[in-house]
Amino acid sequence: MNEQVDVKKLTYKDFETDQEVRWCPGCGDYAILKAVQITLANIGATPENTVFVSGIGCSSRFPYYVETYGFHTIHGRAPAVATGVKLANPELDVWLVTGDGDGLSIGGNHMLHVLRRNVNMQIMLFNNEIYGLTKGQYSPTSKQGTKSPSTPLGSVDLPLTPCSFAIGAGARFVARGIDTALKALPVTLARAKEHKGASFIEIFQNCIVFNDKTFEHFTLKKEAQNTQIHVEHGQSLIYGKEKNMGLRFNTEKFALETVIIGENGVTEADILVHDETNKLMAQMLVELTAPEFPVVCGVIYCDPQESYDDAVHRQVNDAKSAKKADFNALIRQGRTWTVE
Amino acid sequence: MNVQSPVIDYDELDSVCVRFAGDSGDGMQLTGNQFSVVTALEGSDLSTFPDFPAEIRAPVGTTFGVSAFQINFGSVEVSTAGDEPDVLVAMNPAALMVSLSGLRKGGLIIVDEGSFNQRNLDKAGYAENPLENNSLSDYQVQKLDITKMTLESVKEFGLGKKDALRSKNMWTLGLILWMFGRARKPITDWLKTKFAKIPDVANANIAAVNAGHAYGETAEVSSNLRRYIVGKHDTDKPGEYRTVNGNQALAWGLVAGSQLGDIPLLLGTYPITPASALLHTLSGLKEYGVMTFQAEDEIAAICGAIGASFAGQLGVTSSSGPGIALKTEAIGLAISTELPLIVVDVQRAGPSTGLPTKTEQSDLYQAVWGRNGDAPIVVLATSNPQDCFDVGIEAVRLATKYMTPVMVLSDGYIGNASEPWKIPDINELEKFPVKHHTDPEGFHPFKRDPKTLARVWAKPGTPDLLHRIGGIEKDYDSGHISYDAANHQKMTDVRAQKIANIANDIPLQKVDLGKEGGKLAVVGWGSTRGAIHQAVKRARDENIDVSHVHIGNIWPLPRNLEDVLNSYDKVIVAEMNKGQMNNLLRAEYLLDAFSLTKVSGQPFKITEILDCIRGQAGADK
Repeated sequence: MNEQVDVKKLTYKDFETDQEVRWCPGCGDYAILKAVQITLANIGATPENTVFVSGIGCSSRFPYYVETYGFHTIHGRAPAVATGVKLANPELDVWLVTGDGDGLSIGGNHMLHVLRRNVNMQIMLFNNEIYGLTKGQYSPTSKQGTKSPSTPLGSVDLPLTPCSFAIGAGARFVARGIDTALKALPVTLARAKEHKGASFIEIFQNCIVFNDKTFEHFTLKKEAQNTQIHVEHGQSLIYGKEKNMGLRFNTEKFALETVIIGENGVTEADILVHDETNKLMAQMLVELTAPEFPVVCGVIYCDPQESYDDAVHRQVNDAKSAKKADFNALIRQGRTWTVE
Repeated sequence: MNVQSPVIDYDELDSVCVRFAGDSGDGMQLTGNQFSVVTALEGSDLSTFPDFPAEIRAPVGTTFGVSAFQINFGSVEVSTAGDEPDVLVAMNPAALMVSLSGLRKGGLIIVDEGSFNQRNLDKAGYAENPLENNSLSDYQVQKLDITKMTLESVKEFGLGKKDALRSKNMWTLGLILWMFGRARKPITDWLKTKFAKIPDVANANIAAVNAGHAYGETAEVSSNLRRYIVGKHDTDKPGEYRTVNGNQALAWGLVAGSQLGDIPLLLGTYPITPASALLHTLSGLKEYGVMTFQAEDEIAAICGAIGASFAGQLGVTSSSGPGIALKTEAIGLAISTELPLIVVDVQRAGPSTGLPTKTEQSDLYQAVWGRNGDAPIVVLATSNPQDCFDVGIEAVRLATKYMTPVMVLSDGYIGNASEPWKIPDINELEKFPVKHHTDPEGFHPFKRDPKTLARVWAKPGTPDLLHRIGGIEKDYDSGHISYDAANHQKMTDVRAQKIANIANDIPLQKVDLGKEGGKLAVVGWGSTRGAIHQAVKRARDENIDVSHVHIGNIWPLPRNLEDVLNSYDKVIVAEMNKGQMNNLLRAEYLLDAFSLTKVSGQPFKITEILDCIRGQAGADK
């Protein structure tokens, strides 16, 4: 799968289609599309063995713009369609594109189960905390109090944290990225591809029309070093322009806290070292919000297990080697009689 | 079945209808099934009707917990499970309470007297013991203490009372085997296999069968218990036979289609009564390349199937009415993307949850018309268990040849009913190998075969055929998304034309019984076939000019159907809904028919249709 058979190395431009991209000017989706096309070139993806599957929403137009196979399905159901694709042909590299409404509202049930089953695919959830394609209603990730055409006095329901949902659903790979982070995102996506099983990547995506700057408090480039932390397995959770801030585990509060190295006797040794196989640590990391904490990006959790499609095919192959398929014998099993 | 012949007057019967009724935990389905197999092995024609409650184990002794199994068997063609049982086996008062009204006057009741205690009588709602007053005087009653005799027969195996009582059904089966001269060996062989690991239980059950049988033999002299002979049914079709129920036959038909089309099958489904047996059967056939995906819900089930079809396999999904409703949007996606898909609807009484274990044919509108947009698909109906096999194959053929969803309408009655089946040889069935598109020359995903109008099926993994499809309207000439008004008109027209053309690739409508042209025809579809057939047969014996037209191709309809229907002065449309086929025929052909309907959760009785024929024939005179 995805072996480079062509001697010519493909570039991101080889993954562009002849279709005119129809997102709003300035939409974060453009940057994500570019990051994905770069990723596909970097990992040496074979276009004909790659399939993009999406649901409905702004993000779900994505397959039309990637020069691979693509299936733009129905609202919320892309995980189920993608599961069928992967079961039918596990050799295909399947990428799922969804949004906070598609993937966590109408399709929340399917998202739960595709993660729980651990179907081998990359699931990119573009989170813009709003419904774009239906013109600006609040979504299940909108902050409480969001004013929208459907919530003129502000939304009252509490939002969910997509990565927390994913971990809760049993995802074995959880990562985060930011639409405009064109250097970091392809690295994260390549890791997602490498992981065998369901890889969940939340991508903060700015909706310039209906929810502009909703992530600005941690995505502004000039402040990013103080407001984000890009985690790497085995590396200390240190961040900040001066590289002097870190995350420490407070054993009394059973919670993470931010500390400054060199103040109050804090040394580098006090800072947590990221262990991407530690589910409890991942659960704590994904819940951190700016400005009190840095927003955690990169591969937060990765602890592989046999994928669903592998297990299904293992059973099928075992059955095939154990039993001969003889249809005439099958329908003659049990008690039969002969009429002369 | 010969309703005119009282059981007591004849030693030899053309046919007889027996109903086993008891508590949900009494093993009536098992008893009935085993009796069916033995009956079939001895060459009688038969038709069965398992009639059980939605509750798995309803409180013991209650009327709503009664589970029944009816079998009609004969040396003549039976084709239905029988209008009125000739023999009722009632294992408790509740079973008698529920089943008595259907019993033929003069029929035989065998009751387990041992279960007619005050507690059970109260639960069944009997103010006094019906065995001790005159309320059963219209029937012959055999009061046997089956409970006591079963306990005695299994005593030597040292089972606890509760376990010992589980053999009551086998004691009863032994008696019925004696009564109809059926061999015990297939039953005892089956018990030995089934309980191979617990020989005490096997032996106890065998002892119970033998004891019931022996009771018949010794009691024959001293009571009015008698034996009856129901001979072999002479068929002109020699070959190897077995019994099969509709769900099993349909599952096998789909696998046969997958083999004949050389296309692997993926079933995406969600458990629902009465369709789950399809999943159970197919999940055990992995060596045939069959994959089953038990999804999180009905929608995911069909979407998984559609994903498999997109990837080049044959997606199948199965459900019953409420589940089909949930799948509706996804069926539209398969129509729009023109992917092959089989949707099996084992219908049950609706709307909503309705009566999950009771049969109905009320999803016809949903199948033919129940989607947003102009969204035609192929709809096929099965008419009996053996027909399910053929329909399964035909569904695969049409779905893959025309790149379209095909809905298969079965129902709870067909799904659970058993009948003899002449086992086919798959090597003698016509192959229709599916070819995926591989030629890049002039390729686009909605390039069509000029004859069938089917689009090409290019699967991911194929070099140089990269494409994207979806539920947004496609451009006729490129397959790219298109919002063009004229293009939408053209695509809608071509999708409709593609399905309409299938009328040229399906059999002409034939007349099942009788002839084309005449005074009266009874039109049916689905599981009403047997009852209509028998009713028309009897009416013809009464010299009524009536024919039977049974429709299997629901959409598109056979191209000669209008002419066939117009060849009769009058048409009755008999169906288990409020007149859906009648309306469809009226909409298509302006057919002014008489609508005979029934929605009681029970199949038509032959007499109900016969009465209607007599009435309509008379009204015509």
